[in-house]
Amino acid sequence: MSVKLETLSQNLQRHFGDKLQSLKLALGELTIEVAAADYLAVMTALRDAPDLGFEELIDLCGVDYSTYGDGVWQGKRFAAVSHLLSIANNWRLRVRVFAEDDEFPVVDSLTGVWKSVNWFEREAFDLYGIAFVGHDDLRRILTDYGFIGHPFRKDFPISGHVEMRYDPDQGRVIYQPVTIAPRENTPRVVREDTYGDPAHG
Amino acid sequence: MADIRNFTLNFGPQHPAAHGVLRMVLELDGEVVQRADPHIGLLHRATEKLAETRTWVQSLPYMDRLDYVSMMCNEHAYCLAAEKLLGIEVPERGKYIRTMFDEVTRILNHLLWIGCHALDVGAMTMALYTFREREDLMDVYEAVSGARMHAAYYRPGGVYRDLPDRMPQNRESPWTDAKKAAYRNRNRGGTLLDFLEDFTNRFPTYHAEYHTLLTDNRIWKQRLVNVGVVSPERAKQMGFTGAMLRGSGVAWDLRKKQPYAAYDKVDFDVPIGLNGDSYDRYLVRMEEMLQSNRIIKQCIDWLRKNPGPVITDNHKVAPPPRANMKSNMEELIHHFKLFSEGIHVPPGEAYAAIEHPKGEFGIYFISDGANKPYRMKIRAPGYVHLQGMDEMARGHMIADVVTIIGTQDIVFGEIDR
Repeated sequence: MSVKLETLSQNLQRHFGDKLQSLKLALGELTIEVAAADYLAVMTALRDAPDLGFEELIDLCGVDYSTYGDGVWQGKRFAAVSHLLSIANNWRLRVRVFAEDDEFPVVDSLTGVWKSVNWFEREAFDLYGIAFVGHDDLRRILTDYGFIGHPFRKDFPISGHVEMRYDPDQGRVIYQPVTIAPRENTPRVVREDTYGDPAHG
Repeated sequence: MADIRNFTLNFGPQHPAAHGVLRMVLELDGEVVQRADPHIGLLHRATEKLAETRTWVQSLPYMDRLDYVSMMCNEHAYCLAAEKLLGIEVPERGKYIRTMFDEVTRILNHLLWIGCHALDVGAMTMALYTFREREDLMDVYEAVSGARMHAAYYRPGGVYRDLPDRMPQNRESPWTDAKKAAYRNRNRGGTLLDFLEDFTNRFPTYHAEYHTLLTDNRIWKQRLVNVGVVSPERAKQMGFTGAMLRGSGVAWDLRKKQPYAAYDKVDFDVPIGLNGDSYDRYLVRMEEMLQSNRIIKQCIDWLRKNPGPVITDNHKVAPPPRANMKSNMEELIHHFKLFSEGIHVPPGEAYAAIEHPKGEFGIYFISDGANKPYRMKIRAPGYVHLQGMDEMARGHMIADVVTIIGTQDIVFGEIDR
């Protein structure tokens, strides 16, 4: 573990104590998980405390864990994962917060903390249907005007539900149910840990 | 008396200065922008969702199609993130080749940017000049990967193959007579490195031409100076990275601060701006091209002296050499499994970022141990920069909006993904 990340994890523990549901260091990256209730307070402190000093929010994305590891996932379904960067201290941090309710995922908005999060939250709302409380402009961003559904959820098919074409009789563009079926060329396989290990035979 | 309301103007999505498919709703008071609301997503292809249904090998070429002006840099971030999860090390020569091509890509990107930026602002000539130089670099791309744009040259574990010993030649054809072909082949006699070295020797002269055309040009300065000023604090708050952040005077470059590939072994400087306006960002990017040129030269020197493997010899990740495949059963199986089933990546998550020509380009992977990523998130710099449009354009004239789009170096492939 590098000295820098050691310092950062100590600083995090000192600041947040048991607000951290988990603190994990893997592959040279530090990840913390916080409860949805503490989320906004933790993030504000992450920006304001000089020994943490995360002036920039680099990224925020939604994740749908429902089919993780082919159904072994027991936890909550939706999470918002953000990547923070401190320019002054030159370190990074990943923060994950799970939305409490799987049916109607809700997480506090960070628009008051970092302005850059605005579109990332709109994107997570658009693609995963995670609602961000306190966001003043939570419109769809990437999908079409009038799109129905949240396309990046794992239960949304890759081919979608509707397709669009020009109808010469009606003289306008119409939506109709898709005429193609999703096709999987390469099946998804999770191999056992010893797969490919020559000693294992 | 009737209410006086702001005038709403629809800019794009087919406006030539909108750099692709940007639709922007501008709220105007007279000619002054009160609010800018960019509507994006017209080029949305759900790359991230597609990646969930493709193997780790198959998704790589999608990266070229994100920011289609700096193809190899996108691949680099993808490969770095995958390598981090796999825990494999790229051979030294592979790292230098990647560094060299990242810088070739940076020059390619900045050339297109300056050409189009100047074109938008009213200087036609620049685009003609920069596309002349882009042609040479495109040829380098083609020589190494077979494709001028969508190279798919970087692979998890290294680069697909070593640099060619011979630069492809122009041939005589009904459209090209022998004299013309010979003229075009004048610097293609040697290896790819010779051709590239010749380019790096010529490039500073070309670069001086751009300075002559633009830097002290009265119209250029009138259009750029004090347009879209961003203070360092606001730039951080808005999540700016790359030249957008350096233009505001923050010395932040991932190549220096969090080095990857061979950037810790080459010598270069990081230019920063003073005022944070469009003109400073122009100067920063111009200087970056010269620095890239410097890095390419150093890489050429190193690559000449140090032959070696360019891709990892872990055949669970990278294909075995073709000759071995034809004589060795085990290698044949490796090849078959790699291209039919793909790489198996251990469960976990990783984020890898590179200093892309436009800013910080990052890839975030969540893997659950399958042959396909569970989730891929692309952190596109342009997405964040375009978000700052509203703040940068407020109080400026409509014509300045075009300058600001130019200075942000917008490409829709990466913004809409």
